[in-house]
Amino acid sequence: MSNILVVAEHNDGTLAKATLTCVSFAQEAAKRTGGVVHGLVTGSGTSAVAEELAKYVSVVHHADAPAFEHSLAETKAQAITIGADAAQASVVAMAATAHGKDTLPRAAALNGAGMASDIIGFAADSGLQFLRPIQAGNIIAACEIATERKYVSTRPTDFEAAEELQSPGTVQALTVNVPSPKTRFVQFAKVASNRPQLTEATTVVSGGRGLKDAKGFPELIEPLADKLSAAIGASRAVVDSGWVPNDMQVGQTGKVVAPNLYIAVGISGAIQHVAGMKGSKTIVAINKDPEAPIFQVADYGLVEDLFKAIPELTSKL
Amino acid sequence: MKILVTVKRVTDYERKVKIAPDGKSLLTDGMSFVANPFDEIAVEEALRLNKAHGGEVVVVSVGPKDSTQEIRKALAMGAHRGILVTAETVDSDVYARALQQLVEKEQPELVIMGKQNTDDDANQEGQLLAGYLNWPQATFASKEAGLDSADEKAQKPGLVVDNGQLTVVREADGGLEHLSVDLPAIVTTDLRLNQPRFASLPGIMKAKKKKVEEFSLGDLGVDPAPKLTYVAYSEPKERQAGQIVENIDALVDRLRNEAKVI
Repeated sequence: MSNILVVAEHNDGTLAKATLTCVSFAQEAAKRTGGVVHGLVTGSGTSAVAEELAKYVSVVHHADAPAFEHSLAETKAQAITIGADAAQASVVAMAATAHGKDTLPRAAALNGAGMASDIIGFAADSGLQFLRPIQAGNIIAACEIATERKYVSTRPTDFEAAEELQSPGTVQALTVNVPSPKTRFVQFAKVASNRPQLTEATTVVSGGRGLKDAKGFPELIEPLADKLSAAIGASRAVVDSGWVPNDMQVGQTGKVVAPNLYIAVGISGAIQHVAGMKGSKTIVAINKDPEAPIFQVADYGLVEDLFKAIPELTSKL
Repeated sequence: MKILVTVKRVTDYERKVKIAPDGKSLLTDGMSFVANPFDEIAVEEALRLNKAHGGEVVVVSVGPKDSTQEIRKALAMGAHRGILVTAETVDSDVYARALQQLVEKEQPELVIMGKQNTDDDANQEGQLLAGYLNWPQATFASKEAGLDSADEKAQKPGLVVDNGQLTVVREADGGLEHLSVDLPAIVTTDLRLNQPRFASLPGIMKAKKKKVEEFSLGDLGVDPAPKLTYVAYSEPKERQAGQIVENIDALVDRLRNEAKVI
């Protein structure tokens, strides 16, 4: 039992990019355990996803059944424990997306296994001690899991997406008989957007309280994001005020992002917001308050009224 | 309906916790503590459901003896009684297994918990508890109407209970997922489910007379051995503040020619 099982996530028939970042964690873990990387796909009519994942891992276990049409934690957690046995996995890993955070701990409980959440790397050159942020990202802790099988969720921004293998792995059918669940999918109210996903975008433009009201997003942030083909984020304050949808919140309690370019507009820079974006390569802060803490993490700061600065920036790009 | 709701005593998220010189522990001197903010949302939701459906709200905490302060705060908000399971250090797993014993003892129809405890941010406890109990779960509960909505001002619950079933709007990547679960169930709360109330002065006075039972992990037959242990702590690499640019032209120039990101 030394293999690593990566639990895949897919949306609308496409393998999530976050899963590939988890594969690259798994490849490093497999070097340390002397095992190989397996994958698990659950779904209904998801052969294409299984084939796609097989480009990156040695063996894909594919539980293809109507019961898995919707990714419900209750049923998927059972499939994970069965997949972990089939893969002879010592480590079961899943990207720490909203879906991964919902599902993986439940599987760990069913397995009686310990779990480390949101890991960002390994603590040493060998072995299975993991690093994870605690205390709103202010401290990095090295941790050990006492059980033989270890569950970990991996933070997508801290691992590169894996490359395709030279020769693809095999796909094996996995039979999972789950009792009728006590959870029912009702509907998914998708936030319509033609923009790149917040957690995968190379550029992110985020707006905060400095925009004064909800109109600041369509009038100032969106034109700038259009010019840069950027995703749009927001501080907790403006999400709480209902100016933009919840899933746009960047921060320790929202989404963690690490784009090449992060532009913070009218955001003061509370600890919990900074925890969600400080891994960005280049950070720009535009704020009229020169004392705003956001300037302490920004590579480039501009102290100016954003209602003047943003239209000018947009016109000059 | 009977609702069990958690309040964990956590380090104050607005104050930086310091690492001991040997890097093996966190300095407890000067640490201040608060109720986990996600749990306060859980307490608020439980109180709103209680107003709509009657029954009882039982506040539970697993942690050091001083956690009675956070339990009393929830009682002052309006919860009916409290239970403290005393334990010095608990990982997510011990926490969930202690709650499992309390659930089996108290037999609630619903357990509401914060989606994560803001000290170690594991975001596991509700899911673990649901797994141990084999109950359905609805994590990251939110609502469609925002925190500025009329529903929120009227303190309307976001969770909808109807005929043994609970409908939950939950935060997922890319939108809001609506789930229906059979009761009993576990719900974990996200930030936008509600705005927790403040305790009133009469509430604080009444809370002093409310009952708080205490158990140890041993009393409940819970193995205190954690499955996750922290062996070392370090500071994250801090970013250095960069340069202040004079105007937009200078900013565009730096982004184009220095950072090369546009």
